[in-house]
Amino acid sequence: MANLACEFVGIRSPNPFWLASAPPTDKEYNVRRAFEAGWGGVVWKTLGEEGPPIVNVNGPRYGAVWGADRRLLGLNNIELITDRPLETNLQEIKTVKRDYPDRAVVVSLMVPCVEDAWKAILPLVEDTGADGIELNFGCPHGMSERGMGSAVGQVPDYIEMVTRWCKQITRMPVIVKLTPNITDIRYPARASRAGGADAVSLINTVSSITSVNLDTYSPEPSIDGKGTHGGFCGPAVKPIALNMVAQIASDPESEGLPISGIGGVTTWRDAAEFLTLGAGNVQVCTAAMTYGFRIVQEMISGLGDWMDEKGHASVDDIVGRAVPNFTDWQYLNLNYVTKARIDQDLCIGCGRCFAVCEDTSHQAIAMNPGRKFEVIDEECVACNLCINVCPVEDCITMEELAPGTVDPRTGQDVVADYGNWTTHPNNPGACAAE
Amino acid sequence: MANNPLTPGIAAGRHSSEVLDRNFADLHPPLDRHEALVAADRCYFCHDAPCVTACPTTIDIPLFIRQIATGTSEAAARTIFDQNILGGMCARACPTETLCEEACVREVAEGRPVEIGRLQRFATDTMMAREGHPYGRAEKTGKRVAVVGAGPAGLACAHRLAMHGHEVFVFDARLRPGGLNEYGIASYKTVDGFAQAEVEWLLGIGGIKMEQGTRLSDGLDLDALIKDHDAVFLGIGLAGVNALRVEGAELPGVDDAVDFIAELRQAEDLSNLAVGRNVVVVGGGMTAIDAAVQSRLLGAETATIVYRRGRDRMSASRYEQDLATSKGVRIVTNARPVRVIGNGAVQEVEFEYTRDGAGGLEDTGETFRLAADQVFKAIGQTLEDAPDALEIDGGKIKVDGSGRTSVPGVWAGGDCASGGDDLTVTAVAEGRDAAEDMHNAILAGREMVIETPRPGE
Repeated sequence: MANLACEFVGIRSPNPFWLASAPPTDKEYNVRRAFEAGWGGVVWKTLGEEGPPIVNVNGPRYGAVWGADRRLLGLNNIELITDRPLETNLQEIKTVKRDYPDRAVVVSLMVPCVEDAWKAILPLVEDTGADGIELNFGCPHGMSERGMGSAVGQVPDYIEMVTRWCKQITRMPVIVKLTPNITDIRYPARASRAGGADAVSLINTVSSITSVNLDTYSPEPSIDGKGTHGGFCGPAVKPIALNMVAQIASDPESEGLPISGIGGVTTWRDAAEFLTLGAGNVQVCTAAMTYGFRIVQEMISGLGDWMDEKGHASVDDIVGRAVPNFTDWQYLNLNYVTKARIDQDLCIGCGRCFAVCEDTSHQAIAMNPGRKFEVIDEECVACNLCINVCPVEDCITMEELAPGTVDPRTGQDVVADYGNWTTHPNNPGACAAE
Repeated sequence: MANNPLTPGIAAGRHSSEVLDRNFADLHPPLDRHEALVAADRCYFCHDAPCVTACPTTIDIPLFIRQIATGTSEAAARTIFDQNILGGMCARACPTETLCEEACVREVAEGRPVEIGRLQRFATDTMMAREGHPYGRAEKTGKRVAVVGAGPAGLACAHRLAMHGHEVFVFDARLRPGGLNEYGIASYKTVDGFAQAEVEWLLGIGGIKMEQGTRLSDGLDLDALIKDHDAVFLGIGLAGVNALRVEGAELPGVDDAVDFIAELRQAEDLSNLAVGRNVVVVGGGMTAIDAAVQSRLLGAETATIVYRRGRDRMSASRYEQDLATSKGVRIVTNARPVRVIGNGAVQEVEFEYTRDGAGGLEDTGETFRLAADQVFKAIGQTLEDAPDALEIDGGKIKVDGSGRTSVPGVWAGGDCASGGDDLTVTAVAEGRDAAEDMHNAILAGREMVIETPRPGE
C-alpha cells in the first residue's frame, strides 16, 4: 500500500488532504470532526487582528451554480474572515493541536498591511503550537475593500513586503495564498519567493456573480434586494486552478517553490491531478461543504489504490510528474495527425456528433441511412468536439495516422519527425532547425 | 363487507372502498417539479430524434423536454399542443413503450428510456392547470363544418378547424364527449375525470358547438350534413363488437369487454360494480388487458386472458402484458374457446390448444376448461352505422392520405378510417391532418385566402 504521508514545508501530515481555510475550519468543533473523519490537516479559517469582531451579513452568504439533479458545480461566498474573538480561536487552535499532534494545523491570517499589525499577531499564533501560517492574500470580497485579501494579492510588491515581514517576525513556515483574480499568476508567486515564502497555495476564490434573480433583478446571493460579487469555488474552478498551479510549477523563476493546490478538488482523481502538476499537497473546501467530511475516505482510498496500481510508493513520487509535459502551444507537435473514429457497435444513434460538427465545426461527419454516423476523413481536423459531446464513453476515439500515410484532408504525407510552430514554414519568425 | 374475492358468481363490493381507491389510483403518478427536471436532464437532445419519428403526431420531443429542463413548462406544453391538442391524454394513454420511448437512444443504450410520457404529462398538466385556453382563433371564415364523433379524431379535427376560424358542429352518440378517452381507456390511466376536463379545456378555444346523443343511425343523415355544412368529418370509431361464435356464447355472464370498461369508467362508486369471481377474457389486445386487469383490481379472485396465438402476436405490448401479470392476471396463449358451459349462467369455458400450421392456425385436439363466472369478449371492434354512400376498405371507411373519403366533402379519421392503428395518438394525428386538408379545400374557392399560421410556425 502506498504511503500517503506527506511533509510539506516541514509540516507533516498523514495524508496530503488538508481542509482549506474556510467555514469548515472556523471552530474547534468542526476541526475535531474533520480530524476524526481522517483529514491530514487544516488551515484554520482566517484570523484578523485583535479588536471588535468581524461582522458578517445576516442574509445568505452563499450563491450556487447547479448541474443536473441540483448537483453543486460551483459555490460562491461573501463570508468574511472569522467573526469570532481572536482569543477564542487561539485557545481552540492550541487545544486541537495538542490533541492531534500528528495532524497539520496551519493558521490563516489577514491583518492590515502595516508591520506592527503582523508583529502583534504572529507571536500569539506561534504560542498556539500551530505548524505554520498561511497569508490570506486571496479573498476577493469584502476584506479587499478594506485593503486586505486580494487587494494585497494583486500587488506583487505588497506580497513581497508582507511576506518578508512575516519571515523576519516568526520562525513558522510561511505559505502565501494567492488570488486568481490577476492576469499572470507567476508574478505573485515570484514575489512570494522574493519575500522568502516557504510555499504558495492557490487558488483562492474567483470573483463572481453566480446568478441574477429575474423577478427582483438582484444578483445572487441577494441581501435585501442587493448583491455583491463573491468568491467562486468548487468543481467549476478546477481547470483554472490546475493551469495556475502548472504555470508556477513550470516557471523557472519559482522553480522548487512548494505549492499547495486548491480549487475544486472533489475526488481523489482531482487531487492526483493537482499533485502531478506540481502541488505538494491539496486543500479542499467545497467538496466538504457539499458532502461533509466523510469524503476524505474516498480520497485516501482512491489515491492509494491508484498509486499502487502505478507503482508509486510515496506522494513525492507523483508530485510534479506531469509538469515536464506542460508546455507552450508553440512546442506542440504539428506533425501529429489524428482522425475521429466512431465505434458503430457502441454508437446509440443520438446524432449529437453530427449536429455539432455540421453546425459548429467542420462538416466532417456524415449521417448515413439507418442513423449511421461516419467520419469524413477529408474534412476531419481532429478537433475532438464529437468526442466531447458524445454521451457514450469511448464510442468516439481519435486514431493517430501512421507516418507515411496520407492525410486525406491535406493530401500530404504524415511526417514521422516532431515539428512545431517555431520551425514551421508558415511562421514568419521561424528559425531554421540547427 | 358483505362480499370478498371468494364470493361465488358475479358480485359487487369484493373490496372495500379504500382498497378500490388504492387499486384504481394513478398508474404512473405525476412527476413533481424536481423529478421532472431530473428526468428531463436525461434527454440527449438528439439530432433528428428517433422519438419524434416514432410519434404519430410528430411532437418535437427533445425541444419540449429542453423547455422543461430550463423551467419553461408552459412553452413545453405549447410545443406539444401545437402538434397534438390531446397531448394530455396521450401522455397518459399512449403505449410509449412501443412508440417514442422504444425509439429513445437511452433505451438502446441502457434499456431505460427518457420518461417522455410522464414528462409530457408534466408539461401539459402545468399548462392545463392555468386559467384559459392557450390558442386563439383566426378571423371568422363564415364556413360551417360538421364533425361526427367526439372522440380523439373528432376533437382534434374540431379544434384545428375552430382555430382556423371555421364554425364547428360536433355530433356525438354518447352521453359525454371524449369517445374512447371517456369510455375506453383503463380507469387507472386517466384518473380524476381527466377526459372530461380535457374536453372542456379543448372547447375553451370557442367556435365549437357540441351535441350529445345523436348518431348517424338515429337522427343524423350524411346527405343532410353535407348539405348544411361546407365539409363533414367522420370520426365515429368502431361501435360494434365481434361476436364469439361458439356454443353457449349467449349465456348470461358472457359480456363485451368494451361495455365493462365503459361501465367501469362511468361508475360513480366502484364498490357497486359487479365482477365475477373467476373472470375469463378472450382476446389479445389492449381491451383484453384492460378488462382483465380491472377485473382483478375490482376483486376477482382469478382473471385469465386466453389468446389464440403466441404472446409475440398479441397486439398488447409486452409492457402491458407484464402489467397484467403483475396484477395477478394469468395469460394463456395458443388456445381458442370452443364452447361456453353453464346452466342458466356461464360456469366454465372450454378451450382447445392451437398451433401455427402450414395452412394457418390449427387445433391440436387437446382441450381444457377454465372456471368462469364472467367471460369478457375482447376479440375486436367493427364499424357500425357507416353511411352506405361511403366506400369501405377492410371493414373501415376508405380514406386517402389526407383523410378524404370516396364522397366529396366528407373526410374521416380515427379508428373508423382505413390505414390507422387504433391508437388514440394516431386518431389525433388523422383528425388534425384532415382538418388542415378540409381548411384548404373549403377556402380553395375563395378569392382571398386568409392565411392562418399553423401553430409553431
